[in-house]
Amino acid sequence: MTDGTALATSARVGAAMAPEEARPGAGRQAMNAALQPTLAELSRPGRGGGKVPHPPADALARIPASALRSAPLALPELNEPEVVRHFVNLSHLNYSVDSGFYPLGSCTMKFNPKLNEWAARLPGFATLHPLAPDELAQGTLELMHELQEALAEISGMAAVTLQPAAGAQGELTGILMIRAYHAARGDVARTEVIVPDSSHGTNPATASMAGFRTVTVPSAADGGVDLAALKDALGPHTAAVMLTNPSTLGLFERRIVELLDAVHEAGALAYMDGANMNAVLGRFRPGAAGFDVMHFNLHKTFSTPHGGGGPGAGPVACNERLAPFLPAPLVVKAAPGSYRLERPEERASAIGRVRAYQGNVGVLVRAFAYIRAHGASGLREISDDAVLAANYLRQRVGQGYELPYAGPCKHEFVASGRALRQATGVRTLDVAKRLIDHGFHPPTIYFPLIVDECLLIEPTETESVETLDLFAEALLAILTEAHDHPERVKSAPTSAPVRRLDEASAARKPELRWRPMTGAGTPCPT
Amino acid sequence: MAYGPHTHDDRGRMMAALGIESVDALFEDIPIDVRASRLDLDPPMAELDLAVRLQGLAARNRTDLASFLGAGVYHHYVPPVVDQMLLRGEFYTAYTPYQPEISQGTLQTIFEYQSLLAELTGLEVVSASHYDGATATAEAALMAVRATRRDRVLVSRAIHRHYLDVTGTYLSGGGLVLDEMPTLPDGTTDLAALEAALADAERPVAGVLLGQPNAFGLLEPMAQASQLAHAAGALFIAVVEPVSLAVLATPAEYGADIAAGEGQPLGIAAQYGGPYLGILATTTELMRQIPGRLVGETRDLDGRRAFVMTLRAREQDIRRDKAASNICTNQALCALAATVYLAAIGPHGLRDVASLGAARARELELALAEAGAPRLHSAPYLNEFAIRVPQAQAVHERLLQRGVLAGLALARWYPDDPELRDALLVCATEVTTSAEIRRFAAALGEELA
Amino acid sequence: MNVPEDLRYTPDHEWLRLESDEGTVGITAYAADELGDIVFVELPAPGSRLEAGSTFGAIESVKTASDLFAPVSGEIVAVNEQLSGSPELINSDPYGEGWMLRVRLDDPSALDALEDAAAYRTRIGAA
Repeated sequence: MTDGTALATSARVGAAMAPEEARPGAGRQAMNAALQPTLAELSRPGRGGGKVPHPPADALARIPASALRSAPLALPELNEPEVVRHFVNLSHLNYSVDSGFYPLGSCTMKFNPKLNEWAARLPGFATLHPLAPDELAQGTLELMHELQEALAEISGMAAVTLQPAAGAQGELTGILMIRAYHAARGDVARTEVIVPDSSHGTNPATASMAGFRTVTVPSAADGGVDLAALKDALGPHTAAVMLTNPSTLGLFERRIVELLDAVHEAGALAYMDGANMNAVLGRFRPGAAGFDVMHFNLHKTFSTPHGGGGPGAGPVACNERLAPFLPAPLVVKAAPGSYRLERPEERASAIGRVRAYQGNVGVLVRAFAYIRAHGASGLREISDDAVLAANYLRQRVGQGYELPYAGPCKHEFVASGRALRQATGVRTLDVAKRLIDHGFHPPTIYFPLIVDECLLIEPTETESVETLDLFAEALLAILTEAHDHPERVKSAPTSAPVRRLDEASAARKPELRWRPMTGAGTPCPT
Repeated sequence: MAYGPHTHDDRGRMMAALGIESVDALFEDIPIDVRASRLDLDPPMAELDLAVRLQGLAARNRTDLASFLGAGVYHHYVPPVVDQMLLRGEFYTAYTPYQPEISQGTLQTIFEYQSLLAELTGLEVVSASHYDGATATAEAALMAVRATRRDRVLVSRAIHRHYLDVTGTYLSGGGLVLDEMPTLPDGTTDLAALEAALADAERPVAGVLLGQPNAFGLLEPMAQASQLAHAAGALFIAVVEPVSLAVLATPAEYGADIAAGEGQPLGIAAQYGGPYLGILATTTELMRQIPGRLVGETRDLDGRRAFVMTLRAREQDIRRDKAASNICTNQALCALAATVYLAAIGPHGLRDVASLGAARARELELALAEAGAPRLHSAPYLNEFAIRVPQAQAVHERLLQRGVLAGLALARWYPDDPELRDALLVCATEVTTSAEIRRFAAALGEELA
Repeated sequence: MNVPEDLRYTPDHEWLRLESDEGTVGITAYAADELGDIVFVELPAPGSRLEAGSTFGAIESVKTASDLFAPVSGEIVAVNEQLSGSPELINSDPYGEGWMLRVRLDDPSALDALEDAAAYRTRIGAA
């Protein structure tokens, strides 16, 4: 039995307990109406200190008074034991992959290998300054070069930049490269980017940021892009088409060859949102199939930790046609066995930087380790297992929920709670919240936007069949509950650290910080 | 496979349930013409072999030199409590707190990050973080464009070159204009030129962007620059370094509408470029212009205080092509690092870190001047400054062989500027030792002799 | 669903009440209900212009955001200042305290281009 299953099982037991008993906090200090006080509330003037030596008294004597703070800095004052307890207690309020099953569709919440955390913290990697001369950075440069080559091979593309900090930034990079490509050809009439209605919100937002107008095309009944609608939308004004493949519905785009032909016939380029590459490693190489440019989400496919919402990394791979426009600097081979960064003047056609320095290198180290651990056969096995698990779970969930699209799915699938809502008034949001009481993180809900009462479920390849069974049983049990005791589902969760939140008040009168602190006028402890 | 749980029997059971004999059946929806057969990559590695390989790569990097390199990324003492909290799986293997009931740990730490940065900057609204200082600066420029409905941004020449480049990239999409303002011989921004540029009624300015300290480590006349910007109806954007805010005037004090900066000095390792922490802060008036995530305080059904992502309607997943930015994630784990660091170091500790850096830098200045490399500029600095060194780039390379990383040869950033061709940008922090300073000065003295 | 007889409607769910040459504009009960808990409204300043069919502002609820479309052309003579502090008025009283702005119509006959209550009721599938 995996850890995930064990925890899911124990959390199911927890669900049967009274809410107060199940809440973290019992047995620790009394907590009034708050789960955990803030740092400001814990602060007592005079606590803490001892981390760095005291400076000489005249350290700031040469700074003009006008440039100095008029009031001393106010920050919380705590000693280290309190700091540790504070953050450990907060960590207990989180659900995570390390504690249980996290089937958040489109996010690929797979296990994060511990070796990779160790590797990224090796002092040689961790303390290297980003402006260190190439001769001091040979280890990291070699790693980056090898990662560029591996991603090029996996994508079937010619060249790779590791600079983008996230998938959304990868999109911006790719679309700006397409813009530069058309501009270099004098083709300035291309002002539109086409996205399907099932796309990630980042796609149209990216197109806007890059100065394009977004044109949305509908999906066909089978979930794929409507080819006729796409052909109608394409024209001399189209700069690019952004496709997610497999799509956000978890389906491979069956008409991909015809779609790409149509895009290229119109003189436009094809961008692939690679968010769902976990489904097709070694099975589908976007560049070989005709996509011009794509991004990877290393935090999804190559298992770098999600960190509570970041950091990730969004490398961009492209074909020969777009390679001149990749942002500089790339990592290139110098003398045999040595590597260097491109010099600024080396490739004048490059679009500008999208972030400072070389990228989220700490994330790159982890992704490199993941790719090397698996190798060619292991990467393919990842996708095989992810797709097998998704189809198995899909079939089990389909025993109670509507499956709006025919299978097979790839690494994730959509189900709909529409019939349930009609029959009982219980919405998908309620089902998701009730899953928390069953010990699971809910799937993605209400995305893609084109499916009513949508659940987007992604099991990943690192969950055991026992966990998949428990999750399916929980979803089906909630169906029965929704018919017999709808109020119980609508008032879920009751076993989580808090119940549902008043989001409307939070947005109407935003409280985005604690009240300003005043205490730090106290003298510096000596 | 290394991390997968499935046995042969498990796969067999799942395939039997699906009525298939091979997993290949699940990939038949990929058209035959575009099906890949195999990847040309190395075979899998056992964890032990991979660990050895990774150690070998890390050891190829050289981080043993006496380093005086800053230029936007600074080595500081990071108490081990920071990384030990970061290594809690409950934090680093969670994702975006979409389900607030089981994400209060992440949500409260982001709220605390926002509050701590509000204390540091004096500005009320702090985003949950951006990718890095450069992208936060670019987003600040775009905020000014949206808030003023003007399309021209002025930026000091003494701004980090990567920040300038990234801001240019971000502005290029909308056809916006980015104009550079010259500097005076003392190294600070030429306010007379700024005033003249702001006076051009044909080309109204959305925002004025200055660094404090600037890219040469110097302290700018922020209050005057801010007044000039406001008199012309433009917003004033300060690019700040967070440790310095323990002692320097806050952006709020000199009237900045937006502050952007790199949070790396707050407990985050250099890592050859990232992941870092993009700080973005603004006033309550501009709250709805700020891109990216925000966490707010609220109550649950039982009246218990709790935290939740708020003002989400500005974001890409809801607004799509009308969103304030395409940013989806933040750098939550890096924001956690900054939060733990600030909690551990405290207000006096942070002031000591900033002041010690200033004291060490002064020691460095005197030692290098004695060695024959005086300061290039006359404006006051905090802990980083430029020195005049003939043939700076060549000297920099030779010093590497002597175990000294002599900062940044400014010719790398300003190749066309004859004065900066003979200059090195050097810094000191609380981790710089007197012995390292002596070693640098001695080696430089010999090179210049 | 409440669709008052004395108002005119746009396909985008704004309503307009005409009193001599001035009209009051808001969003319908149906729209407010679909949006859910409204948390913010962005409105133009008095004195600025409305152009029929163009966006004049935006409205946000907890989960979504939407543009607001001008039902007619004219000059804005007043906006409901109460909404900045209490946007929930749009949920609780969409045709009364939840009004958004008053506009002096360029051409009062522009009203004829808008839907009457019966037509709007059909649009939203209400009986």
